[in-house]
Amino acid sequence: MASLTAPGPADTAGSGAAPIRRIRHRHGGTRTWLEIVVFVPPALILFIGFVIVPVVLAAVYSFFNLPAAFRWDMLGSERFIGVDNYTRAFSTPEFRKAIANTFFILFASLLVQGPLAIGIALLLNRRIRGRGVLRLLIFVPYVLAEVIAGLTWKLLLQPNGGVNAVIEGLGLGFLRQNWLADPSIALYTIFFILTWKYIGFAILLMLAGLQGVPKELAEAASIDGASWWQTQRFVTLPLLAPTIRIWAFLSIIGSLQVFDMVWVTVAPTLRQMSTETMATYMVQQGQFAGQPGYGSAIAVILFVISLVIALAYQRLALRRDLAGSVTRGVR
Amino acid sequence: MMNRRSIQRVVAGVAAAGLTLGALAACGGESADTASPGTGETGEGTETAAAEEVTITWWHNATSGPLPAVWEKVAKDFEANNPGVTVEQTGYQNEDLQRTLIPNALASGDGPDLFQVWPGGEIRDQVANGYLMALDDAIPDTIAAVGATVNPWQVDGATYGIPFTFGIEGFWYNKDLFEQAGITTPPSTLAELNDAVTKLKAINVAPIAVGAGEKWPAAHWWYQFALHSCSPETLTTGAADFDFTDPCWVDAGTELVDFIASEPFQDGFLGTPAQTGAGSSAGMLANGQAAMELMGHWNAGVVGGLTPDEEVPEFLGWFPFPAIEGSAGDPNAALGGGDGFGCAADAPKQCADLLAYIMSEEVQKEFAASGSGIPTVAAAQDSLEDQNLKAVAEGLSQASFVQLWLDTEYGTTVGNAMNEGIVNVFADNGTPEDIVKRMQDAAATL
Repeated sequence: MASLTAPGPADTAGSGAAPIRRIRHRHGGTRTWLEIVVFVPPALILFIGFVIVPVVLAAVYSFFNLPAAFRWDMLGSERFIGVDNYTRAFSTPEFRKAIANTFFILFASLLVQGPLAIGIALLLNRRIRGRGVLRLLIFVPYVLAEVIAGLTWKLLLQPNGGVNAVIEGLGLGFLRQNWLADPSIALYTIFFILTWKYIGFAILLMLAGLQGVPKELAEAASIDGASWWQTQRFVTLPLLAPTIRIWAFLSIIGSLQVFDMVWVTVAPTLRQMSTETMATYMVQQGQFAGQPGYGSAIAVILFVISLVIALAYQRLALRRDLAGSVTRGVR
Repeated sequence: MMNRRSIQRVVAGVAAAGLTLGALAACGGESADTASPGTGETGEGTETAAAEEVTITWWHNATSGPLPAVWEKVAKDFEANNPGVTVEQTGYQNEDLQRTLIPNALASGDGPDLFQVWPGGEIRDQVANGYLMALDDAIPDTIAAVGATVNPWQVDGATYGIPFTFGIEGFWYNKDLFEQAGITTPPSTLAELNDAVTKLKAINVAPIAVGAGEKWPAAHWWYQFALHSCSPETLTTGAADFDFTDPCWVDAGTELVDFIASEPFQDGFLGTPAQTGAGSSAGMLANGQAAMELMGHWNAGVVGGLTPDEEVPEFLGWFPFPAIEGSAGDPNAALGGGDGFGCAADAPKQCADLLAYIMSEEVQKEFAASGSGIPTVAAAQDSLEDQNLKAVAEGLSQASFVQLWLDTEYGTTVGNAMNEGIVNVFADNGTPEDIVKRMQDAAATL
């Protein structure tokens, strides 16, 4: 807010005779309106044009049977098929598998990456030699573009690639796998790469959260005779909970959207066999199988699932953390 | 006096507004027609076109090998012979061009003038949408020179694209490895092929490499079994009416299942790419890890590109897909496809002239001599120097019936469903009946 003493030109012009402007923004007429008129439309136009309209259009398309060479005037009655695209989606084993794969990634991320990130963050939060370097190294994968990381791992995980060479070199030849070409393990391989890529971000968030935990509490606990483990369990973790909840939210959203890593890393056939996610299935069917209507239905299903999960999570888990910011509007 | 924060806000607001306006301007910015009236017309003005300033954008799929240089020269020569015409040619990776770039450009109404046109289902959709220029009146002689090969690029009797190359699929094989395994003549029946597989396993090479990581190289196996199991009449009704009720379509899958069960392919074939890298099926053939690969007429160039010296290896040979004993299929039927160009409906008329030039005997001969593929103009076929291309061209001339790649023939929707069903069979995750059912289900959504 502008300072209370220096009179602004717009102000004097706007509220005219009002001598005290402490509560200007409550009934400050012209200036407030000017701000609204100038600042809101650009954001609103972008948001409507690039978010709302596409969502609505996808919903419309999803009720039509559209060919690959799609034209606007095809949205006529003879191509209207009601909810057929939706019933088809849910009765297709491939799509059910894609949902299952997506939720596997979602829950595995929460259950594996969360504890791992908290553990590593607790370790890195202590005084150890080379802490800065360690923190940097852990964060590097997150900085890489997902496509580059995916292609790098794709090369390393070839049958004659680096990973198998290392395994062989360690004398563990029996553990050799065709990591990305074996339908029974490809999804786990993808999950490993995703963990490698995103654990750094989780650790960084947890470290930031740990900075907010007052040292006095840990000191008090240790004076009371608590061990290091007890201090973490009963003092640090509860105070880290808001950070964990926010990280979990970001992780859930990211998991529902997994696309690039699967698309660039896994060969199309293998993707169809074992690693299809909701997003890759949507692009495959909508774009490459030439069925924009069906693809739109998948997009709407993905949207609804994400929306329900996000809203439910905000309501149930993030309620306290977001109180006063998102859930109740501005104040 | 504005404080710092409100200045920041104004700057941000202006930036956001500018961004929006820019975006809107870009959407509405249909520039005026690039062809401006000629300014410097001299002489009798017999050829008004010569003075017109026209730019023709040309998208093709030549990104490696000798072909990009051929097209570059074509563009330059055409510019030189047609003053005022600028040809902007660009090569894109084939699948990106076919599946993403061209469909999106055409749908947006701002596509290239001359571009790769795929026959079968795709050209039918594009014609239905009015995207393509009918060429019959503009360049009839060019169309006549290609003969019956142009048929797949015709819709309802009108020609919308002209193939500059056409070839058939067969086995690319390593002659040295065949000799080592004691195979004297290339297999001409399925039984002989199975026999060759057994002999090649004995010398510890992968008998056949298949790039099943991508769907189509696997799918081509089923196409071949269908081609050699179904009569030409059944194949034609299948393409025209999407009628796949004849039992031969299921037989094709059963034969494929039996063939896969004999383990003729390399280990981990479900993850093997087809054409890129040493680990691909073409790469395995190039470096002697595999003895055979079933692949289209373009494969010599691909294999050549994957050898250490980037030369087509001496040991490479070609033979057609063998006949299946006791089936209704025509033993001399071949599966093939080609690359063709067409003009956009709103392209300048010089586009057809450029296409006619590309199809001229002179350019077709250069195309053949470069080893890029088999030309479609008969007079140019003598210019083929590459032994393997000559073999494929001979196979093509001996074929009694040429079926277009089935996924191309049926179009994206049915073709994709078919390929998904076939790779499921490769992964032991589906049945022969399932392939046919998927095709019928997909056809029902059209």
